[in-house]
Amino acid sequence: MSQLSRRSFIKLSGAGVAAGVTSLTPASALAKPESYNPGATTLPYPQMDIAKAKSLPKNKAVHFNYPDESSPCTVIRMGQPVPGGVGPDMDIVAYSTLCTHMGCPVSYDPDSRDFKCPCHFSVFDSEKMGQMVTGQATENLPKIRLEYDAGSDSVTAVGIDGLIFGRQANIL
Amino acid sequence: MSHNKDRVPLPPVGAQKTNMTCHFCIVGCGYHVYKWPHGTEGGRAPNENALGKDFRKQQPPLSGSMTPAMVNVVEDNGKKFNIMIQSDKECVVNQGLTSTRGGQMATIMYNAEGISRDRLKYPRLFTGDDWVDVSWDEAMAVYAGVTKRMLDTFGPDSIMFNAFDHGGAGGGFENTWGSGKLMFSALKTRMVRIHNRPAYNSECHATRDMGIGELNNSYEDSELADTIMFIGANAYETQTNYFLAHALPNLTGTTIAKKKAWFKDETVENGRFILVDPRRTLTTAICQNNAKDNVLHLQINPGTDTALFDGLLTYVADKGWHDQDFIDQHTTGFDKALKANHMSLDNCSRITGISVADLEKAADWAYKPKKSGHRPRTAHLYEKGIIWGNDNYRIQSALVDLVLATHNVGRRGTGVCRLGGHQEGYARPPYPGKQPIYIDQEIIRGNGKMLTVWACNAFQSTLNAQQYRQTLYRRANIVRDALAQVRGGGVESMVDAIFDAVTNHGGLFITTIDLYPTKFAQASHLMLPAAHPGEMNLTSMNGERRMRLSDKFMDPPGEAMPDCLIAAKIANTLKAMYEKEGNKKMAGRFSGFDWKTEEDSFNDGFRKPEGIDSQGGDTGHLVTYERLRTQGNNGVQLPVREYREGQLIGTEMIYSDYKFSTSDGKAHFLPAEWTGLPAMVESQRKKYRFWINNGRTNHIWQTAYHDQRIDFRTKRYPMAPIEINPEDAKQLGIESGDVVEVFNDFGATFAMAYLEPDMKRGHTFMMFGYFNGNVGDVVTSWTDRNYIPYYKGTWADIRKVSSMKDYKESVSFKRRRYI
Repeated sequence: MSQLSRRSFIKLSGAGVAAGVTSLTPASALAKPESYNPGATTLPYPQMDIAKAKSLPKNKAVHFNYPDESSPCTVIRMGQPVPGGVGPDMDIVAYSTLCTHMGCPVSYDPDSRDFKCPCHFSVFDSEKMGQMVTGQATENLPKIRLEYDAGSDSVTAVGIDGLIFGRQANIL
Repeated sequence: MSHNKDRVPLPPVGAQKTNMTCHFCIVGCGYHVYKWPHGTEGGRAPNENALGKDFRKQQPPLSGSMTPAMVNVVEDNGKKFNIMIQSDKECVVNQGLTSTRGGQMATIMYNAEGISRDRLKYPRLFTGDDWVDVSWDEAMAVYAGVTKRMLDTFGPDSIMFNAFDHGGAGGGFENTWGSGKLMFSALKTRMVRIHNRPAYNSECHATRDMGIGELNNSYEDSELADTIMFIGANAYETQTNYFLAHALPNLTGTTIAKKKAWFKDETVENGRFILVDPRRTLTTAICQNNAKDNVLHLQINPGTDTALFDGLLTYVADKGWHDQDFIDQHTTGFDKALKANHMSLDNCSRITGISVADLEKAADWAYKPKKSGHRPRTAHLYEKGIIWGNDNYRIQSALVDLVLATHNVGRRGTGVCRLGGHQEGYARPPYPGKQPIYIDQEIIRGNGKMLTVWACNAFQSTLNAQQYRQTLYRRANIVRDALAQVRGGGVESMVDAIFDAVTNHGGLFITTIDLYPTKFAQASHLMLPAAHPGEMNLTSMNGERRMRLSDKFMDPPGEAMPDCLIAAKIANTLKAMYEKEGNKKMAGRFSGFDWKTEEDSFNDGFRKPEGIDSQGGDTGHLVTYERLRTQGNNGVQLPVREYREGQLIGTEMIYSDYKFSTSDGKAHFLPAEWTGLPAMVESQRKKYRFWINNGRTNHIWQTAYHDQRIDFRTKRYPMAPIEINPEDAKQLGIESGDVVEVFNDFGATFAMAYLEPDMKRGHTFMMFGYFNGNVGDVVTSWTDRNYIPYYKGTWADIRKVSSMKDYKESVSFKRRRYI
């Protein structure tokens, strides 16, 4: 890792805090370490309500943690239908915000509507399933699988497509 | 594993750990391969896995990378193993960084159920109407049988090759030697072209004629330079970890303490970057994002680099910033070059489109003495903007003239170097021709009887590609038709049929030697299966001449084998054929290939440098596999100076002794007058609206031979993208995601429109070498005096063909520039 990377990382981390995103994470809903079910082919992802769809501001990143406290994520109501979007307007998406390249926190740019990593300049598209636009990762940004319940207007995280940076498995 | 790709197996403690230099770009990042029996895996506690990390906790940023692309299941010696390929933090090249190319090395290793499942495992012969797997014996009987008939009847000029000449995958010292010995010593053919150009020639002919090899400094010099001039180079995308680990830290001031320590009496400040490029590249955007005031982007008119360097040379000499003592003592021809290259700054500005103020600023940054009175240390680093530019020989002459005049070679923090594409690894007997031959044109004219395409694919990487491809298909089909008539006949009948088709009907017998059935193989008759790093031991050197050994850790699939051993198999078959008929003289030509392993080829070539052309120089004999293995991913920088106390000692900077690579030891200025665009190119420029600039993106390596099989890549680029200015696109009714046709007098190709506001009006940028959308189809047939193409000199019109809903839904058209 270069010195530059450290500097950029610190710089960006500061910027992320300054953005003052609101956390939606209810601690009781997060995953706890537990033994695997030998018969399971999927990890035991928790089901966690993360927001009321109508309460989400348009084109603004809202922070939450999933599937546990050490995994920062962002949910965005894009304001227009996007692939993989849920909610009444099929426009709500959520992603891990740890760059899949080397784990630096990506920041959402509401102007370009993408995620940018300050360490090695990878860019991911929030409107195309986290596709890497350019950069040094070998994976798109992990996408949080969401479900929407029209009756309660709840957006619920139910799993993750892709491996969160810095983990052997998404559930610790 | 879950198909969510949400977990990876961990290497257990005790997993085998070997060295691997990245297969791909010239930087050659160091990696480690972990290998352990399939069905076992390490635990998450730090004492339970070979990485020593605690995966019960979230790992912090910049602590390494471990993704699904970095693991795979492979076979070795009949057993299955897990592999994980991770970057090496101790490697001085990449310092633990991965790139999007190197980070997927595990993915591309052969797995019968993986992305590389259609690797060639056995020789394959086109018979009748289909491809049939055959034994090596049968394949050799056909290949060597035809070769012998050609050699005996028509001589070596009938035998043509398109061949790699480099390092990394599809190359390496072992394989350049093996193939070179076959082509040049045994067959003695001069009808050879290199993988990306139509003749057997150097991309750096002028700088070599001037006495300066093109890889003369170290990556560390980019940390030490006062100023770096990047010319036609987009290092973030094409030499990524060189840029991130060595160059960018200089721009941001991270290396200033190092500079102070190295150059105690000199003024040292944050580095300044001058980027010469008509396009605002991703590299330019990142530099501007990091240190805007220390970045000067000279957005030069296409093809006018010679005028730029001539103008700067004239200005520098007028200012007295040249180094007369250095010129007098160590060079020849300065006065003649200064006169020939003379160009006023006003004229330079008019031709290049760069303001006089920016030209003066560039000269100030690069050549004006520093506050301490010392001459600035300016590195001049170039790539395809010059290599594939307007008259390669002339531009390089003009550039090196400027570099020599200002003494920016041989001092730390300087250098005039290409940044490179692939790695290097050249060791071959001398080319038997007196001068290069334009092989593509020979084929188009109907010359040659057989063509072997070796680890390359000119259908996607040559100029004037449409005419070339059409000719090859036509000539290949003559042979296919002839083979279809061999009903019930054996190998001898096939050889007879091929011989008749190429002798009497204008056919061309084509063999491809590769990892996969390539696009070129669609025109071929025989495919021979090759191996790549990891399946063989392989040595290469990177852009700072750093040589490493990549260890073999698995078998090639089926009966695939290293290129050098394929060469040996061909030679030994021919030797046996000549021996059988008692022709000792010819049998002797094919002797010396009694190699069992790739190391035998290495020892036969690189380690016996007398009389051959080797990037190891005359001290290659000091290098052994065992010694390289000891030096791990840091290897040794060639040429090796000595072997002392168990260490190979290399060379960080060439020409620090000012003994240049000429007969008199002096560097030679070469006149390089500005002469405008070549007439053939100018005719297209006048006739067509758009400049079709072309080059690489960081997602895709070379001809996408692996990448076209990887969803992560093809979902990003289902088709070659072409960046277009939005206003230009609007006039043509084009949106991002539309399929467009690009056409001119030389051909037509197709691309996926990608609107980009940073593109100037009338400029475009199309990805080069792709399997779906080939810009080579519209590149003119013009070359410089040594047959180096002017790929960048392409003008064409564009029209919308269709609107692709699928592309628009699934492909991101967000801007690729960071800002």
